[in-house]
Amino acid sequence: MTITVTVNGTKYVRDVEPRTLLAYFLRESLGLTGTHIGCDSSHCGVCVVVLDGERAVKSCNMFAVQADGHEILTVEGLAAGGKLHPLQQAFWDQHGLQCGYCTPGMLMTSYALLGKNSHPSEAEIRDGLSGNLCRCTGYQNIVKAVEQAAATIGAEAAAPVPEPVAS
Amino acid sequence: MSTTIDPEPYSVGVSMKRKEDQRFIQGHGNYVDDHSIPGMLHLALVHSPYPHARIVKIDKTAALAVPGVLAVLTGEDLAAHNLAWIPTFHGYDKQMVLCVGKALYQFQEVAGVIATSRDAAHDGAELVDVTYEPLDPVIDPFVSLTDKTLVREDREAKTNHIYHWEVGKRAETDAALAAADVHINERIVFQRCHPAPLEPCGIIADMDPATGRLTLIMTSQAPHAHRTVVSLVTGIPEDKIRVISPDIGGGFGNKVPVYAGYVVAAAASVVIGKPVKWVETRTENLTCTGFARDYHMDVEIGATKDGKVTALKVKTVADHGAFDAAADPTKYPAGLFGIVTGSYDFPTAFTELDAYFTNKAPGGIAYRCSFRVTEASYAIERAMDILARRVNLDPSELRLKNFVRKDQFPYPSQLGFVYDSGDYHMTLKKALDKIGYADLRKEQAEKRARGELMGIGISTFTEAVGAGPSKHFDIMGIKMFDSAEIRVHPTGSAILRAGTKSQGQGHETTWAQIAAEELGLDPQNILVEEGDTDTAPYGLGTYASRSTPVAGAAIAMAARRVREKGRNIAAHLLEAPLADVEWSDHAFNVVGVPDKKITMQQVAFAAYTNPAPDSEPGLEATFYYDPPSLTFPYGAYLAVVEVDKDTGAVKVRRFLAIDDCGTVINPMIVEGQIHGGLTEGFAIAFMQEIVYDASGNNLNTNFTDYLVPTSLETPHWETDSTCTPSPHHPIGAKGVGESPNVGSPAAFVNAVMDALSPLGIEHIDMPLTREKVWTAIQAAKK
Repeated sequence: MTITVTVNGTKYVRDVEPRTLLAYFLRESLGLTGTHIGCDSSHCGVCVVVLDGERAVKSCNMFAVQADGHEILTVEGLAAGGKLHPLQQAFWDQHGLQCGYCTPGMLMTSYALLGKNSHPSEAEIRDGLSGNLCRCTGYQNIVKAVEQAAATIGAEAAAPVPEPVAS
Repeated sequence: MSTTIDPEPYSVGVSMKRKEDQRFIQGHGNYVDDHSIPGMLHLALVHSPYPHARIVKIDKTAALAVPGVLAVLTGEDLAAHNLAWIPTFHGYDKQMVLCVGKALYQFQEVAGVIATSRDAAHDGAELVDVTYEPLDPVIDPFVSLTDKTLVREDREAKTNHIYHWEVGKRAETDAALAAADVHINERIVFQRCHPAPLEPCGIIADMDPATGRLTLIMTSQAPHAHRTVVSLVTGIPEDKIRVISPDIGGGFGNKVPVYAGYVVAAAASVVIGKPVKWVETRTENLTCTGFARDYHMDVEIGATKDGKVTALKVKTVADHGAFDAAADPTKYPAGLFGIVTGSYDFPTAFTELDAYFTNKAPGGIAYRCSFRVTEASYAIERAMDILARRVNLDPSELRLKNFVRKDQFPYPSQLGFVYDSGDYHMTLKKALDKIGYADLRKEQAEKRARGELMGIGISTFTEAVGAGPSKHFDIMGIKMFDSAEIRVHPTGSAILRAGTKSQGQGHETTWAQIAAEELGLDPQNILVEEGDTDTAPYGLGTYASRSTPVAGAAIAMAARRVREKGRNIAAHLLEAPLADVEWSDHAFNVVGVPDKKITMQQVAFAAYTNPAPDSEPGLEATFYYDPPSLTFPYGAYLAVVEVDKDTGAVKVRRFLAIDDCGTVINPMIVEGQIHGGLTEGFAIAFMQEIVYDASGNNLNTNFTDYLVPTSLETPHWETDSTCTPSPHHPIGAKGVGESPNVGSPAAFVNAVMDALSPLGIEHIDMPLTREKVWTAIQAAKK
């Protein structure tokens, strides 16, 4: 089947088998290997991507054909203009990762979470990340990272827009 | 402790942010499955549904008819290449790669399907038609020991008994136990569990027919050891084998052994002459690859009536599954279980262990611990709590009364270790103060009066890590040293290579910090490389908390060699006699003239542009470090729990971990390691177990049934430290990654048993699920 998907702002038209999972499509057809696979049963969340800018979905639990006509954001699309996304910066600052395998899924779930709730409490963050497993960090520094990112994004939004410089 | 500060040079002890993180946070990590080679084929495995069965027939016809399927390999096919069996980890046993004649455990690999795509390989695997003749399985090790049904017909000895191991003074210990005022004897089981790293195991085997070189990109915690094993088993010269261990998504001991998928992929690549990829499923990971623990321990302690211990005896039955594939050093079949005397000064002790085959998956790997140290620490820490109750002492008082004292170090234990350093009293007292122990006991008394179940648990463990000194430690004859190579470039940046392999531990940062501290260079400009056997010096890899004690020492020593060479160059630049040039404050100067400094960066430039006359140009060194002894990190952990008597649910209200791992290289990373290890200990204490039913069915084959704690259940961790440097390690470091997993299970269980003590409940085996706790409460009420 032919599908048209926009991934990280780039439109792709590709032939896929109906049974191909979105995770494998991203990894193998598009070469975006930042999206990982860890459990085959939708428990671990290392495959999470953001659908249509707002919804965190487990891409191992969705067929590529179901993404036809949709927009996908993966971890590779988070940094913009050579600058880390505040979530990426915060995971780095707060030591929110060790082996790095869960990190893309954690980042994308957090991205969707902050989209819905710009200032989540610790309990809301823990609830929001409960579909993403991590074997290394014990979650504590991940929670701190999401708190830092929320604060950064909030501060950026509140900052006055710089006056355009006349040329 | 976790506050990060800006990186600064010369940085042991600094919470420098991790150098490796840039690629991970941007989705540019480089794990095995992220690799792809043009023309690559795929392998899928066929598994036995029976735990014990004769293989009557394997019909490949339907599988071979699947478009894209090129070959179906069986044990007999591998036998033609002399690869049907391979030696186990320590070389005492052999294991089947694919079933030959019989399947010996459920999910054992029966056949491998090679195809042009992943999907075709799995489609083919579905259609391999295997006819089995089911046999009675042996599931319980205590049934296995009766030898009524034989698990291993292939072995000469017609028994399920694998080996007996013992250490200590049996007669003296028995006499002391018989004479003791108080004698406890408890069966303590450390259940079978599984490390379950989030990244499953995998390989791309790539035989280049033109050069005859076999490249193995694989999830390996020990790339050099794997290269040597591959060479010894296949006869391929070692220079023709390259093992690359790229980014690893967690190991926890699971990626130490050699698995069927690796061997079949490599064999297929050699025969077909194309790259072959195998990446296991989660079910394969949980059912086939190395499990941990499964020790059934009878622990006896003798003590005076006022609680001074007089003797310890531990008798263990170990379930090793179908092959003796336990990951222990060759001379230590039960690993470092002799650490079972723990932090206590036992006047005499004896321990013995018998291992048995069963129709279960093989393993016995060191799951986030030094070899069998977790089992030993759990046994002694549980037993000390049971003893405390029997002699009516607070568990903290019992421990303080029996600790090895600071002035006894180096301390020779009754079971053969010499503990390097420690101050157990100081660390426990710090923990008790910090958590407000006295107030918590008061609160507990008030709650008990109201019928509420609150518990406080203590665990004061001692680990033995850093395997190890070559006179004792080897794996299949290869001594357990480790290595480092440092090359300083003309402009003062450097590349550092080591024989270890990080799986999340942060070596790219901490190794750079050690070298930076020793050389006065900027750690940001020291590139750390591990995991490629073509470039890294030979080392035994990363597991059992050995990296910092062994490779960390090698790095410091290699750097000191570089420094000594640099001193020659500095003398030349300073126009001073060599004897007058000293290294102080991260630079060279002439003795007595501290202001006139030559930096390592200047020395490095001169090494290539202006070397001393008659000296060897360049600035690099290699060091192979053979540790003189193990290191003995320790800690004092305190858990506070509330138990809901109506549901059996346990809430961990507080958990404080005070760790003493000697010199800390990066406090942020150490704290992160402790958070992670505590979370794995929490999982083991409350939810994780690989259970086989009476018919031999594995009941925990995915993350629905094998639970990994989420952010919701995981408690908030409080951490702190004391520092007793190792006297024999070049920078005083001891290793820490596994302490929290070793020490915490007993703290959790002791806390729950403390909560349940008013009901007369003394011990429940892990995992402490709601159902088990509730059932125990109901039984106690009757």
